[in-house]
Order: sequence, then C-alpha cells, then structure tokens
Amino acid sequence: MEWLQQIINGISLGSIYALIALGYTMVYGIIKLINFAHGEVFMIGAFTGFVAIVHFELSFVPALIIAMFTCSVVGVLIERIAYKRLRESTRIAALITAIGMSLFIQYLFIYFRGAEPEAYPQDVLPERTLDIFGVKVSMQALLILFISIVLMILLQFIVQKTKIGRAMRAVSYDKDAARLMGINVDNTISATFAIGSALAGAAGVIFGIYYTKIDPLMGLIPGLKAFVAAVLGGIGIIPGAMVGGFILGIVETLVSAAGFSLFRDAAAFIILILILLFRPAGIFGKNTKEKV
Amino acid sequence: MKEQPILELKDLGIQFGGLKAVDKLNMTLYDNELIGLIGPNGAGKTTVFNMITGVYTPTEGDIVFRGERINGLPPFKVTRKGISRTFQNIRLFNDLSVLDNVKVANHSLAGHSVFSSMFRMPKHFIGEREMELKSMQLLKIFELDGLKDELAKNLPYGMQRRLEIARALAAAPKLLLLDEPAAGMNPQETKELMDLIHFVRKQYDLTILLIEHDMRLVMGICERIYVLDHGQLIAHGTGEEIRNDPKVIEAYLGEEVSIDAQS
Amino acid sequence: MKLSKRFWGFIIAALVIYAVVQVLITTGTLNPFYSNTLIFICINIMLAVSLHLVIGITGQFSIGHAGFLALGAYLSAIVTMKLHLPFILALIVGGIVAAFAGLIVGIPTLRLRGDYLAIATLGFAEIIRIIFLNIEYVGGAAGMQVKHMTTWTYAFISLVITIIIISNFTNSRHGRACIAIREDEIAADAMGINTTYYKVLAFVIGAFFAGIAGGLYAHNFYIIQPQNFGFLKSFDILIFVVLGGLGSLSGSVISAILLTLVSTFLQEYPETRMILYSVVLILVMLYRPQGLMGTKEITDVVANLRSKRREAS
Repeated sequence: MEWLQQIINGISLGSIYALIALGYTMVYGIIKLINFAHGEVFMIGAFTGFVAIVHFELSFVPALIIAMFTCSVVGVLIERIAYKRLRESTRIAALITAIGMSLFIQYLFIYFRGAEPEAYPQDVLPERTLDIFGVKVSMQALLILFISIVLMILLQFIVQKTKIGRAMRAVSYDKDAARLMGINVDNTISATFAIGSALAGAAGVIFGIYYTKIDPLMGLIPGLKAFVAAVLGGIGIIPGAMVGGFILGIVETLVSAAGFSLFRDAAAFIILILILLFRPAGIFGKNTKEKV
Repeated sequence: MKEQPILELKDLGIQFGGLKAVDKLNMTLYDNELIGLIGPNGAGKTTVFNMITGVYTPTEGDIVFRGERINGLPPFKVTRKGISRTFQNIRLFNDLSVLDNVKVANHSLAGHSVFSSMFRMPKHFIGEREMELKSMQLLKIFELDGLKDELAKNLPYGMQRRLEIARALAAAPKLLLLDEPAAGMNPQETKELMDLIHFVRKQYDLTILLIEHDMRLVMGICERIYVLDHGQLIAHGTGEEIRNDPKVIEAYLGEEVSIDAQS
Repeated sequence: MKLSKRFWGFIIAALVIYAVVQVLITTGTLNPFYSNTLIFICINIMLAVSLHLVIGITGQFSIGHAGFLALGAYLSAIVTMKLHLPFILALIVGGIVAAFAGLIVGIPTLRLRGDYLAIATLGFAEIIRIIFLNIEYVGGAAGMQVKHMTTWTYAFISLVITIIIISNFTNSRHGRACIAIREDEIAADAMGINTTYYKVLAFVIGAFFAGIAGGLYAHNFYIIQPQNFGFLKSFDILIFVVLGGLGSLSGSVISAILLTLVSTFLQEYPETRMILYSVVLILVMLYRPQGLMGTKEITDVVANLRSKRREAS
C-alpha cells in the first residue's frame, strides 16, 4: 500500500503545479509569452499568506483570499508595466523581458527584506491522518487537493460561462478579430493575468502550508516545473495544465520514492525534453503547421 | 515526339485534417516550357508549390522530377536536385545585403568546408571568390548590381520581387517555380518582368512554372496553362483554349478578375 | 592568400594588448586582483562570443549556456586534478566534451522553435548541473578543489583564437547560411541550406568554446561547485549577447567587458547587481530591442563615421 500513499502525495504536489501551470497556460494562450515572472507571483503569494496568517493571525481561507487578491494586482502590474509594450515586438525580446522581470522581482524582494527563509506555522490546517482501507492519508493532502479542485472548477466556470471568459477565448483565438467585434483586448489580457496570478497566489499559500519553508527564490524551480506541466498537457489548454500538473507531481514523487530523490528535479526536465521531441503539442494539443 | 518530362505530378493529393486541399492532380512539364498555373483564390495553387518543393508531404500520389520520385524529400534536398522557387509573400533575408541574399542561394554549389573557412585555407578564398563572381553576374542581369551592399529590407517592393527571382536562380535550378511574381507591380514593372522571365529562361535553359493572378501576364507568356479550382484540375490547354473554356469562366465568375476585360 | 587589413589590424591590436598587460603583470604594477579581473573578462568574452554564434548569428534562442561551461569546467578539472595531465590538454578535453554534449543536446532540441527551444536548453543545463551534484567523484554539492593554473597568457590566447575562428566562420558561406536561418528558416531551407546541420553546427561550435572557457574558469578559482553553473550563470551570459546586440560580435565583446567590470565593482552587493542587470535588460528590450550595436560591427560604425566626415569636409 506504500505506493498508493506515494501517489496521493504526488497528487497533492501535482495540484500545486497544476495551479501554477494554469496561469502559464492562460497567459501563453492569450499573448504567446512564457511569463517567467509567474514563479515570482507564486512566491509573493506564499509570503502574503505567511504575513496574513502569522502577523495578522487570520485563518486559512481569508489568508488564501488576500494572497490571491494581492497576486492578481501584482500580475496585472507586471503586465501593464512590462509586457503591454511588447505585444508587437519579437518573441525573443518578450521572452528576455519576462526573464528580466522574474529576476527583478526576486532580487528587489531580497533587497528589501533579505534572503532568509520563513516557516509557515504547523497548525493552519488540521493535521490528522485518516486511515482509508489501510492507506494512511494526511488530512492536509486531502484538503489541498479539495481546494485546488474547487479553484479549477471555478476557473472552468469563468472561462466557459462568463462574459469575460468568452472574451478571453475570443482574444486568444484572434486578437484583431476580437477587437473588431468590440472586445476590449487590453482589459481582457489584464483579466487573464489577474486570474492566472490569483491561482499562482493560491498555490503559494498551499505550498507554504504543505512544505512549511518558503524563501524569496522559491519561485524559480516550481515555476519552471509548472511550465513543464503546461507544455505536457498542451500549452494554452486549461484542462491540459491540470492533467500535466498531476502527472508531473506523481512522477516526481515516484522518482523520489524509488530512491532517486536527488534526481527528482531532473525528472521534470527529462519529461519536458521527451514531450517536446515526441509530441510537441502536448497531450491534448493539436499539431499545427506553419503557413508558408 | 516529346522527350522525357522534367516534372510529372501523378494523382497528387494532400489532406489537411479532413479537408482535401488538392486532389488527384496530374501535370506534366517538359524541358524549357513556360507553364502557367492559375485558379481563383484558395484553389490550392501555392499548396501545389509547397508539395513540389517538399514543404508539405503529399498524402497521395507521386512527384517525379527528371525520372526520380521526390515526394517526402526535405526542401533543401529538393532544391539541390534542381527545383527552386519564390514565395507569394516575399521572403528575403531582410538583414542581409542584396549580394549576400544571392550568395546564400549559391551556398550548396560551393565546395569549401567549414574547416577551411575557419582557418582561412586557400580553398576558402577560391570558393568565396567564385560565389562572389557568380552572384554578381546574376545581379547584373537583374540590374541590381549597383545596390549590392544595400540591405534587402531597404529595397523598393518591385526590386525585392526581382531579387527574389535572382536568388532563386542562384541555386542553379532546372525548374523554377514562381509564385505570383508580378503581384503588386505596376503595368510597366510587369512588362519588364515578363521580358526578364523570357530572357532568363533562354539564358539558363530553364523550365518555369508560374502561379499568377495577372491574367495578362499568364496569357501573354505561358505556352500552356493549367487551371485549378477547389483543389482540382478543371482545365488544361493553350491560352486561347482556356479563355473559352466554360468551366474556367464559371470558376472565375464572382472573382474580381474578369478574363475578357483583361485580354 | 589575401587576409584583410581588418585581420592584421586585429592581430596587431591583440599583440599590443597582450604585451602591455603581460609587462604590467610581471613588473607587479597590476596586483593579482586586477589581473584576475582581466582573466575573468577574457573568459566572459569567450562565453559571450560563443553564445553570440548560437543566438545572434543562427537565431536559436538557447538559455542554457552555463551547462556547457559546467562541462568544460568539471572535465578539465578532472584531467588536471585527478589524472594529473597538462592544463592545455585539460582545456581541449573540456572543449571537446562540451562540443560532444552540444551535439547530443542539439540534434533533438534544435528542431524546436523559439520559446520551446529556450526552455529545453534551460532544462538540459539544469540536468547537467544536477548530474554533477550527484557525482561523488567530483565532490557533489561540496564541489571540487582545483589548482589555480589559468594565466593571462592562456586566457588571452584562447580568447584571440575564439574570436578569430568564430568571426572567420561567420564571414563565410557557412556563416551566411546560419544568418539566413536566423532571418527566415523556411526561405533558407528553400535555397538549399540544410538548416538542421547548420543549427547543430553553430550549437556545437558554441559549446566547444564555452567548454574551453569552462576550463579556464575552473582553474581561475580554487573550487568549483554545481551551484556556480545554475540558471543565473546562463542569464549572465545571455545578457552579454542581448545587451551587445543580437548579431554583433563586437557588441557582445564590448558588453562582456563592461558588465564584467560593473559586476566586479558590485561584488559586495550581489542584489544590487542583479536588480541593475534585470532593469537594464528590461529597459533595453522595451526601448532598444536591437541592443547596443544592433547587427552592426564596430568596424562598420567606424567606416560609417569616416565616410560621413569625408562628406562633411
């Protein structure tokens, strides 16, 4: 039954990746940019949640909401300050700016606050172990999974059923046509950043609760891995990001469990390279050809 | 009476998704011919070019070039076999000079190795000088030699079109595919271009296949014309035959180009 | 055979710079801190120029150059410290192994475009780093002791060779093929250029010189650790190329010199340095995306100025 437990751990980890990956995928879908700074939004979410819980003594749900709100503001600011001007420039210029933005946030944060890590308190969520048919499952893992799934359902609802969701889909399909149809493209892109960043903020708080330790550079690696998850599922496709996140979480946990914990971080990149080679459009993507 | 064809398309077809972009296309080109490929917008003309040059792999049928089946070859190998092309929307190397644009196409004819270039061996200098001479010859023919150091992106539109043809010729093709060479040109430029196409065909002993929207150009210079509509061949013959073919007239109804008005 | 005036000008300038610095070092006018900085500048220029070939010339956006630096560093350190073979051999081994890795990495990944290639190269660099982290033979996370063997002479000669070979490559039919790929890959393919071959070739040559730079780098410090070769190192190299101007060799040389000096003076304030770097990078992308020099070389600029002056007089 050991491996079943590992898979459940993997799903919890995967739900964090999935939440971050959703932001990557939404932003990529709409402006074709890998938002490298997304990992930093995740980090800011973790710290906001920490401050809310430790200094303002709020409970989990208000802290989560505050972190999500703060992150959506940060996300929109990043977009308005840096990315908006880059819509007509080359892909390389946009990508370099995103990398620059990511490092800028990291080191500005360190400059003002220092690089030392913080530890989330242990008692934010009830820590109990449930025994389900002989499998020991931590309450926390289940709650995390539950919250992630609620957020993902909420996202699907927004994208599929609301006016702003329709606008987002229209803009990602054809920006110019959407503009001609009277959609405010700038606001729609900002809304995409706001929603994606809120999810990353939620992932930050959940990460803090689950793994306890947070630090200013924590965004880089989970950010990159979440990007891998987004590519794995098919970039630009929302359910793809979720599935990609879960798969990546499970694979990583199994690699650690098999005794290769030091190579855990390499697993994501090996998956990335394999998927890019054999199915570059991802699990749910369609292969498209460049027009000549 | 006719010798072996230079290019044969046999029941050629391609599907994108469920859509047949080109279906059961048969064409035969002989040495030194100048053939037109016309059809309304979206008929699949450029797709035919893309299949011949290896950009797309056909899903059905064969492409036979000088007796050899070439479908499935990557574009650079097709070019080295002797088929060269221009593009509908000009695709020059914008940040390279006019001369370098032509030299790039000359590339596979030169023999000096990476090693000899890195260490500036005699072979490098000989090879590069030869490329320079050949490229300058072509630029002279196209009257672009005075602009050889200008960046391609700074040329006026008509000259960019000419440079693209010069570049295609630099790859030393036997068969030249021109995709709407006169698009966007004024009547004077079009006339000069027609003369130029005639001239290079003779000079380089070429077979030319030409996609064109400008009916005057096609009727004026092409010996035979193939007409494509909705991916299918609907007519084939001389300019006179095509002009009077009811199927062609029907296909073009509703297009802004009226055949009678142009001829 | 004719070698251009430019070539001889470059050689003479190089000889003069070499002699002056060497005299200053032997007479003790330059203290070890400054001579080390000069060596470091040479290494950084080599890294910048080798990445310039991949990104600036061939247009392949690779952001994992530190991976090849790491390979060169570790392999050369193994040759000198474990096998006790000469330094010069170590440098060559480092270069060859890095080039070989470039070949293995390049063949599959260079089919990818733009963003995907960037992430894949970053991923490969991380994998290389993680592998060294897990090999006890080279000290794992604690790192590996390396003797200080890099001298001004080694560094400068390697630099001159790197620049000559990469510039010779660029100014030949092979380099033009690479630039054509950067400009329009489909058109380059249609003109008979084997695009995969040239993309991989540029990548391999770039990796080779990054590997040599790695050997010099390892033997310029007393210890190498996997953490020296993370994403931030790749980013440092990237910013040289981007700031200098994508496509300009002299641009990457100039920005490598400037930024190495800046970061030497900001050594005590690493956060300030990173904030400065990232702000500069963002501003350059927003307001001058072609970088310092664009695709021009310093020689073009000088020639332009001269002809303008002639017109004026």
